[in-house]
Amino acid sequence: MDEMTKKQLKKTATMIRKGIITAVASAGSGHPGGSLSLADILTYLYFKEMNVDPQNPKDPDRDRFVLSKGHCSPGLYSTLAHRGFFPVEDLKGFRQADSYLEGHPNMEMVPGVDMSTGSLGQGISAAVGMALAGKLDKKNYRVYAALGDGELEEGQVWEAAMAAVHYKLDNLTAFVDYNGLQIDGNISDVMNPEPIADKFAAFGWNVISINAHDFDEIEKAVEAAKACKDKPTVIVAHSVKGKGVSYMENQAQWHGSAPKKEQAEQALKELDEYLSGLENN
Amino acid sequence: MSEKIATRVAYGQALAEIGHDENIVVLDADLSGSTKTSEFKKKYPERHFNIGIAEANMMAIAAGLASCGKTVFASTFAMFAAGRAFDQVRNSIGYPHLNVKIGATHAGITVGEDGASHQAIEDIALMRSIPGMTVVSPADAVSTNALVKQAAKMVGPVYLRFGRMDVPVIYSADTKFELGKGITIKDGKDVAIVANGFMVSQAIQAAEMLAKEGISARVIDIHTIKPIDAEIIIKAAKETGAIVTCEEHNVIGGLGSAVAEVLVKNFPVPVEMVGIEDVFGKSGKPADLIEKYGLTPDNIVEKARKVLNRK
Ligand SMILES: Cc1ncc(C[n+]2csc(CCOP(=O)(O)OP(=O)(O)O)c2C)c(N)n1
Ligand SMILES: [Mg+2]
Repeated sequence: MDEMTKKQLKKTATMIRKGIITAVASAGSGHPGGSLSLADILTYLYFKEMNVDPQNPKDPDRDRFVLSKGHCSPGLYSTLAHRGFFPVEDLKGFRQADSYLEGHPNMEMVPGVDMSTGSLGQGISAAVGMALAGKLDKKNYRVYAALGDGELEEGQVWEAAMAAVHYKLDNLTAFVDYNGLQIDGNISDVMNPEPIADKFAAFGWNVISINAHDFDEIEKAVEAAKACKDKPTVIVAHSVKGKGVSYMENQAQWHGSAPKKEQAEQALKELDEYLSGLENN
Repeated sequence: MSEKIATRVAYGQALAEIGHDENIVVLDADLSGSTKTSEFKKKYPERHFNIGIAEANMMAIAAGLASCGKTVFASTFAMFAAGRAFDQVRNSIGYPHLNVKIGATHAGITVGEDGASHQAIEDIALMRSIPGMTVVSPADAVSTNALVKQAAKMVGPVYLRFGRMDVPVIYSADTKFELGKGITIKDGKDVAIVANGFMVSQAIQAAEMLAKEGISARVIDIHTIKPIDAEIIIKAAKETGAIVTCEEHNVIGGLGSAVAEVLVKNFPVPVEMVGIEDVFGKSGKPADLIEKYGLTPDNIVEKARKVLNRK
């Protein structure tokens, strides 16, 4: 990837992170940690890879994205807003009674959301269904899904994993946001889903492990997934929960709590500093 | 009614209080801080198991433990306890009538900002349709404490429904509670308001408002929806001739339906129902949602007037 493109993606990802903080802080609740860890992948998909049109969000030929870890709606909403699906200003209404930005993604209310999610483990099955439909209809669209590493504890994920291989869904790419944390602590302490890559490999998936915050690696993996025939690809993306906000990084407590006013200001300041650092070199 | 405590908090405290019984085992699905089973875990970590985000698995594990003689409390959000794991609850816990207490927290729309995907409004309908399942929805912290302790003592499956939101403490500490027995909180002769969960405190307020209009409303807490206290409902129908039910649940299949089932078979009188009108919830502050979905004393008063006109 050329340096210009990479710099632009980094800028966009930072704007998206700012939107996450703004949304969660103004709601006074929500899930910043896993939204921040996924932000670079969301940025790459929506600003570099996916064929989507904010003017025509239900285009039948579009690529799909399913946020199986639906609690990270702030990440998805901020991405969609910055991509032009709805005003960035609306992020401030997140989770409020007079807003359409529901706590968990709602495909009927929020332009650009392809699947309603929130009950963990189900989105990946829906993505399998979308990929299967693409095969049946002989369409060229691709389906992307993002799973949490804790979410892998849901048995349904593995039922979906089996089905995706069985039906040779090479049009499906799943990301595992491997941030090592879930609500009650380290995934390895709560209910260890590891070794994650080996498990997917045993189910027959094409497995690629990357650094979730490196755009070159994301691009290489997505391209490899597109080139891989007859089986689905999982991109096991090693990430930092809370990435980009110093006091949130790797802290389980920021899974589902909102920053207070001063904390939000500090987070936005850090992100702004990172932005101006990008401008200046 | 000044003090406010969420029933889930009272649940966690009750578990910690009875945890000295070494037969009790508590399971959770990555939500122990929210369901408050963390209170039990602090005191008895060796009998608290985190099953991870795998509610279906948790329910069947609970069944296995219970089959070996344990008294098992299994907790997650009501949405996932009754919804996600319905088949496991029905076939592994309900069918063999195992001694599992399902501590389902964050029921109803007062979950608030998480929105409809996390707001169970169908759980009572699902759970009460399972043969042999006891279904309990306490109104406050005091009744929660007593009913959790009774559930632990009785043998058989129990679905315990708790809320996320802080709700008024309405009972004094010396009130006697009995699973399956309703409580007349306030007597009245014109209309009976039958409620459970946090709607009991709304019903009390509605009765006070009605009193100002010269309408005498009886308030009954049906904390146990199943087995339901038919006697107290039939008596209310005979003595007041009109009933309003109030629940934080879909009006289809919950308390309103259960009360109507009793009445049509025994002593039919006009009934109006306050509850979620067969729509999904949404995100928002609990207070805003309570208004939006009409779970208010005002709406109870309006339904009371309406049912009085039908007498
Ligand atoms: C079926 C279900 N069970 C429980 C929850 C509550 N919950 C929300 S997020 C979460 C932890 C998710 O951890 P992980 O998948 O690792 O997400 P991330 O770290 O990416 O935020 C849990 C248990 C839920 N949303 N759905
Ligand atoms: Mg995680």
